[in-house]
Amino acid sequence: MNEHSAGTSSPDQATAPDTEHRRELLRTMVLIRRFEETCAELYSAARIRGFVHLCVGEEAVAAGVMAALGPDDAVLSTYREHGHALARGLTLNSLMAEMFGKQTGCSGGRGGSMHLFDKSHRFVGGNAIVAAGLPLAVGLALADKLQNRDRVTVCFFGEGAAAEGEFHEALNLAALWRLPVLFCCENNLYAMGTSIAKEHAASDLALRAESYGLSAWPVDGMDVLAVERSAVRAVEAIRGGGGPHFLELRTFRFRAHSMYDPDRYREKVEIEQWKERDPIDALVKTMKAAGQIDDAGLAAMRSEVADAVAAAVDTAEQAPFEPVENLTRFVTSEAGTGEDRP
Amino acid sequence: MNDTLVETTYREALRAAIRQAMLEDERVYLMGEDVGDYGGCFAVSLGLLEEFGPERIRDTPLSESAFVGAGIGSAIGGMRPIVEIMTVNFSLLALDQIMNTAASLLHMSGGQFNVPLVIRMTTGGGRQLAAQHSHSLEGWYAHIPGLRILAPATLEDARGMLLTALKDPDPVLIFEHGSLYNMKGVLAADAGAVDIDRAVVRREGTDVTLITYGGTLGTTLEAADLLAADGISAEVIDLRTLRPLDDETFIGSVRRTHRAVVVDEGWRSGSLSAEISARIMEQALYDLDAPVERVCSAEVPLPYPKHLEDAALPQSATIAEAARRTMSPEQG
Repeated sequence: MNEHSAGTSSPDQATAPDTEHRRELLRTMVLIRRFEETCAELYSAARIRGFVHLCVGEEAVAAGVMAALGPDDAVLSTYREHGHALARGLTLNSLMAEMFGKQTGCSGGRGGSMHLFDKSHRFVGGNAIVAAGLPLAVGLALADKLQNRDRVTVCFFGEGAAAEGEFHEALNLAALWRLPVLFCCENNLYAMGTSIAKEHAASDLALRAESYGLSAWPVDGMDVLAVERSAVRAVEAIRGGGGPHFLELRTFRFRAHSMYDPDRYREKVEIEQWKERDPIDALVKTMKAAGQIDDAGLAAMRSEVADAVAAAVDTAEQAPFEPVENLTRFVTSEAGTGEDRP
Repeated sequence: MNDTLVETTYREALRAAIRQAMLEDERVYLMGEDVGDYGGCFAVSLGLLEEFGPERIRDTPLSESAFVGAGIGSAIGGMRPIVEIMTVNFSLLALDQIMNTAASLLHMSGGQFNVPLVIRMTTGGGRQLAAQHSHSLEGWYAHIPGLRILAPATLEDARGMLLTALKDPDPVLIFEHGSLYNMKGVLAADAGAVDIDRAVVRREGTDVTLITYGGTLGTTLEAADLLAADGISAEVIDLRTLRPLDDETFIGSVRRTHRAVVVDEGWRSGSLSAEISARIMEQALYDLDAPVERVCSAEVPLPYPKHLEDAALPQSATIAEAARRTMSPEQG
């Protein structure tokens, strides 16, 4: 764990602490946490189904990276993407409704937990094929380059994806064509149940990315301010023509891989050690030290978020299902929809 | 229509289509292995790099999955990519992107993200290229909802299908049979876009319907000549679009002739020929005077020596033989 925090996290001295901004980052992380805990409860009560992968513990990555993006940038994610979607600004109601498979869900209920999409936020999934989002990110960035648009495409994936062929193919392509992509590798040390030590002979993933010609560095993924600083630096460099960048965000999921997973492959002590570095607690500590929040303020925030999530559950449960007659819609485009693009 | 005819080849017709599409729409670009400096593995894009430059005639590394995925991404991002996969066997390296992304994205996003992507690839056997370079997998791809599958078998379709495919809001795969690139003929000087929905009757007949597509159209027309010499009038249907299938055209023909032979270079088991045969049973069983016959490739990885490869592939003689069996099924 020590290597994970080495040289990446220290209070930001360069700019004055921005209370409002930090409160937003904190609220985003609290919201993600509450959303995920609620999903776990709903799943255990068999009120939502499918594969559900929670990101509890990894909230700082989503909140920190999204804070560096503009509305025209595109985001591609994985099957563990609730946090990315919330941090990107997809509405709580549309996400919760998607968990329930309702028509009001962000994907009309057709995608479920693993396939969250929202064109209006340029949130291009929710991809359940490991590493499959990387080539798509390359293509979105290529389209921007060919059309002279000043946009960045951000692609999230885990360290498990770094073993897939598409990882190598896509990094090479992005570097070869100097495309505006920010690759965000969420290294949570386990590809489902396989530890990074059993998966990668060379486990320094930032170094690996660098070998393809990308600018890359590791980041303490439990420190939202460090994540944001690195993402801002990378995105600015990309916008400045610096080509693709790669962040290895060192983080940990506090819960199992999915709701099916008995979590037999990790030592309890390892999980407990990482929980001591809880990204929400870490930011609260920093903000308290700076006089930016107190216990009452934190309690009020948690309460407001809990109420919002509970209300989203109620709304989702009352929302309509898509009529069965619509089953075969959207296999191919309907008349008049073809020219419309994000 | 302009009456002027020009001599051309299948390859030149494809190139003319790509060129026209690129001149008409700046969103169109061609991407794939060796499409630029080399001029295309089968010389389809020869000369286009010089005309359009490396941004739009884009050579890629040997990374099928990444450049097909990038094609999908760029299509979502507003471009109109033509992705060339050198041969169908290499498309298996990109199968995940074709199926799990291109074909699925619109539906699983609830209609938000359509993929206006065209993928071209060479298919088929008959050139002594052995087991790994002779597949006919277009029937496989025709299994997948969300894809449109085209098999241009004529100069008109080589010239016209791509243009229409590029107007489609959803992914279209075009399978070019490797034996067709050198096919010569004449084409109207102003030939252009053609429909990509309908099968067509390539030869009219009254006794038996021969249903085929792509590389076996020529073989099947030869079989019709053999049958004509025996006094049997064969109608030849070119499916053109393998998904969605134009049932009306081939079912209508079978209702007239009461007999059907399906010719498909794919393997028989679980093949496109099986699907067509099943549709004939479902929609025209009581019009049939004989069981539907199928002529497919032998169920072996295609061998290198010519005599064995010939024995494995549909030939005009075997097609004619199958048609004769439908004329006297009791002797079968």
